[in-house]
Amino acid sequence: MLESEVPQEGNVTLGGHRKGVYARGDDGKIQLVQSAGWEVEEIVTRQAVDDLNRMAEDARQRVLAGQTSALEYHMHKARMDLPLLSQTTGLWQWRIRRHFRPDIFAGLSPAMLGRYASVMGISVEQLKKAE
Amino acid sequence: MEFQHSQASHCESGVMSAMLRHQGLPISEPMAFGLSSALSFAYLPIIKINGLPLVAYRMPPKFIIKGLQKPLGLKMCFETFRNQEAGTRRLNELLASGNIVGMQTSVFFLPYMPEDLRFHFNAHNVLAFGRDVASGEYQLSDPVFDAPVTCPPEALQKARFAKGALAPKGLLYYSTGKPSMPDWTKVIPKALKKTTRIMLDTPVPIIGIRGIRRLANAIEGLAAKNDPAQAKMFIGQVVRMQEEIGTGGGGFRFIYASYLQEAAELLARPRLNELSENLVDIGDEWREFALSAARMIRDREPLALAALADKLRRIADREKAFFLDLRRAA
Repeated sequence: MLESEVPQEGNVTLGGHRKGVYARGDDGKIQLVQSAGWEVEEIVTRQAVDDLNRMAEDARQRVLAGQTSALEYHMHKARMDLPLLSQTTGLWQWRIRRHFRPDIFAGLSPAMLGRYASVMGISVEQLKKAE
Repeated sequence: MEFQHSQASHCESGVMSAMLRHQGLPISEPMAFGLSSALSFAYLPIIKINGLPLVAYRMPPKFIIKGLQKPLGLKMCFETFRNQEAGTRRLNELLASGNIVGMQTSVFFLPYMPEDLRFHFNAHNVLAFGRDVASGEYQLSDPVFDAPVTCPPEALQKARFAKGALAPKGLLYYSTGKPSMPDWTKVIPKALKKTTRIMLDTPVPIIGIRGIRRLANAIEGLAAKNDPAQAKMFIGQVVRMQEEIGTGGGGFRFIYASYLQEAAELLARPRLNELSENLVDIGDEWREFALSAARMIRDREPLALAALADKLRRIADREKAFFLDLRRAA
């Protein structure tokens, strides 16, 4: 890649940040050049983020319909999946899945709610509501 | 001595290069990367991230920090903590006594990261070089940013003690003792040979050139599953690992090419310059692969998994020839 070919496409996913890439300058030396983003990166990052958002939105709809608990919504919102949530909380996956049932989620102890909230980086109050 | 921040493309090599520079040993980021033989390729179908296999273009985390110890006569001290408060206390102690401290963190909890890039990746390296006593905020040098950043203590503690795969456990590292200028004629050829061994001779079929072929087969195999949405997620993940996750472009191929240029000069071996150009071409091919994958994801091109797989096989052939040449040149 030549220095003049380094993409400067202003990706929204970079949030105004400029990343460093290596490219060859006019003198033939390869050096660090700032890039405002490449469309390719934006496409794949948006793809991953959109997929996570889609799952969160889907879960939110099911919370409103009373089919799942707010826990599932917040899991997706925190960009986690079941294996990751299980690893971070140290709970069995089947136990977490059981907590996806609204009636069981409603009866969880504050300590258990706190365990979920802390790994997601939110408060217990936020965890209880799907918004 | 006042700490000088400078931007890098990759977190671990950037942290090490900054740390060494601070100790009076001017080592560039590509040199830190190359000297520790960090270039690689690995297709790890057993390790899943959100249900998709892990693809890596470099050796595992901490490889650079550890790999630089021997050639530079560097002594690194690593500390992890069970107790979060103890980890924070120790960090404050080290900073108060004038150290600069490397840390392993989770990107998800770092508030200064762009929202869209905050995934659960637990092996991001940053340097702490100061702390504002009044507010308790840390001054961090995050190598992938162009200027130093600040981070509130609660967020940093969360990031250092995130759980899950590659959990940092509050890892801190700092150097004890001064690094010395190495004998380039010894350490560079050794590092080059190690990289060729990793790429050509690793006895498992998922690492090195064979790993690239294995990935090509896996991509081709997606066609039989008849699930285009899933196939797009898969190739998107590969491209993300290659371009988005701090690789300096082309899955670390360009940064390694820069290292080869430096090596050519230090050893007065023009042959390494030719090889460097060759590797830049290979890096460009990786980027072409990324471009067509992205176009397929957005339906600007029909999804042709066999064509993508063929591209990867062509890259594998070229890399094989390249690393054989590099072995002869080393």
